[in-house]
Amino acid sequence: MIRFDHVFKRYPNGREALSDLSLEIGSGEIVFLTGHSGAGKSSLLKLVALIERPSRGQLVVNGQNVAGVSRSKIPAFRRQIGMVFQDHKLLHDRTIFDNVALPLIIAGVATKEVGKRVRAALDQVGLLGREQSVPLELSTGEQQRVGIARAVVSKPAILIADEPTGNLDPDLSLEVMNIFRRFNEVGVTVLVASHDLYLLEHFPVRRVRLEAGRIVESTAAGEAARATLLDPAKFVGLREGAAT
Amino acid sequence: MSAWFVRHLQTLIGSLGRLSQHKLATLLTTLVIGVALALPACLQLLISNVQAATGSWHRSIELTAYLKRPTALEEANRIADRIRQRRDVAAVEIIPADAALKEFRRDSGFGEAIDALNENPLPHVLVVRPKPDYATASHLDGLAADLRSLPSIDLVQLDTAWVNRLNAILDAVRRGVLLAAGLLALGVMAIVGNTIRLDIQNRRAEIEVTKLVGGSDGFVRRPFLYSGVWYGIGGAVIAWILTGVVVGVLREPVTRIAGLYGSGFNLQGLGVQPTAMLLASGIVLGWLGSYIAATRHLREIEPS
Repeated sequence: MIRFDHVFKRYPNGREALSDLSLEIGSGEIVFLTGHSGAGKSSLLKLVALIERPSRGQLVVNGQNVAGVSRSKIPAFRRQIGMVFQDHKLLHDRTIFDNVALPLIIAGVATKEVGKRVRAALDQVGLLGREQSVPLELSTGEQQRVGIARAVVSKPAILIADEPTGNLDPDLSLEVMNIFRRFNEVGVTVLVASHDLYLLEHFPVRRVRLEAGRIVESTAAGEAARATLLDPAKFVGLREGAAT
Repeated sequence: MSAWFVRHLQTLIGSLGRLSQHKLATLLTTLVIGVALALPACLQLLISNVQAATGSWHRSIELTAYLKRPTALEEANRIADRIRQRRDVAAVEIIPADAALKEFRRDSGFGEAIDALNENPLPHVLVVRPKPDYATASHLDGLAADLRSLPSIDLVQLDTAWVNRLNAILDAVRRGVLLAAGLLALGVMAIVGNTIRLDIQNRRAEIEVTKLVGGSDGFVRRPFLYSGVWYGIGGAVIAWILTGVVVGVLREPVTRIAGLYGSGFNLQGLGVQPTAMLLASGIVLGWLGSYIAATRHLREIEPS
């Protein structure tokens, strides 16, 4: 679904964010991207969303080589990717309904269909009934869930999230992550960048750890679970997360 | 297709709603555009009114043809009939020499001197009135030449100098209006463009988010284009009102001046066609100004 092939990313100021990075994420996979801030997590996600372009190397997303996507084709390219941001990036002068409906309106979906799908998306994140509120009337966790509803409302094949739980307390973080996992279970490829260790311990999914723009550790889903299980101190509190 | 139409309608109404949220700023911008559009509209009104006023003078243009002496009155009547058959002539009046002499004697006070003459020294006179459509300077000159070439006609009098002068002045004024309208149109586009540029800067975050979730340049630009169109429409309406006020204020004194010159001339306001043109130019300029500004500045905003 997403394939990095010896990708380098160097910014105009000379900083090398990614160097010789190769990574393959299969369709329907869920992957955690970890590492300190500045390790290159955000840069990697920006390349996937074509916010930035690779300096060298090949990146194929959903069968498309990003090098072949011209500027005018970027919007159509982005419509197949749902994006969730740490700061939600909601439009504060519009209702929750309008915020979530934005991708559908851009795609030219008929009005009736928009209403149905927005309510379905809000239902999935547990916010049905809040359509007419504005973002500032909602708590941070709720705002983040609105952001997720907006990311999934157009049923994208890929969902990427940059520090989606950065501003949330542990309980809310787990809730948000469970939402991501539910989408993954219906076949959406999910890529989450996070340095939230607590969260990582609760979800035994594939992990890729970045350091200075390189992959320093890659743990398959099963191994992650075993590592968690081997640690008796962690095992006690983690039944819920590890069981699935 | 209908979803597309509904979206456009929503954007159209939505951009109007957004403008109405900043009433004072919108009003000021619209007012400036209105003044800029009103100036050429008023000048155009000046030209069309001068043309209407001089149109009645055109109708009073006459050629005076003096027949050779001696020419019999029957002969004069025949010539008059021939001239009447021309398609550029509205009417021919014949003033027989006797009638002219009688009038001259009555009006001039030279009665006794005239009585002393053995014969009437005056020729028969034909007063030729051209049709209004043919009352142009060049055509009148042609008509005069034709009359002159008739064998019984001695002399043709025609004063076209003032017609030529007036037309030359009007041509110059018309060209000046065109220039002024062009400059003011540029001004309107600059005003709209600058307003849209500020609007784009204020809504930077919104534009970034829209681009992040896959909004194309065209989609992001659309509400700004509609804002520009609304500015244009508002400006045209204000210009129309201003023009109406100008005409209203000037109508009475102008009618009085016309009355002093013995004319029933009445100052005309903007007709249906010029009003439609005013509205159309407002819409086109607003759209064009916002299109240029939005296309330029939206490219610079990319999510990072």
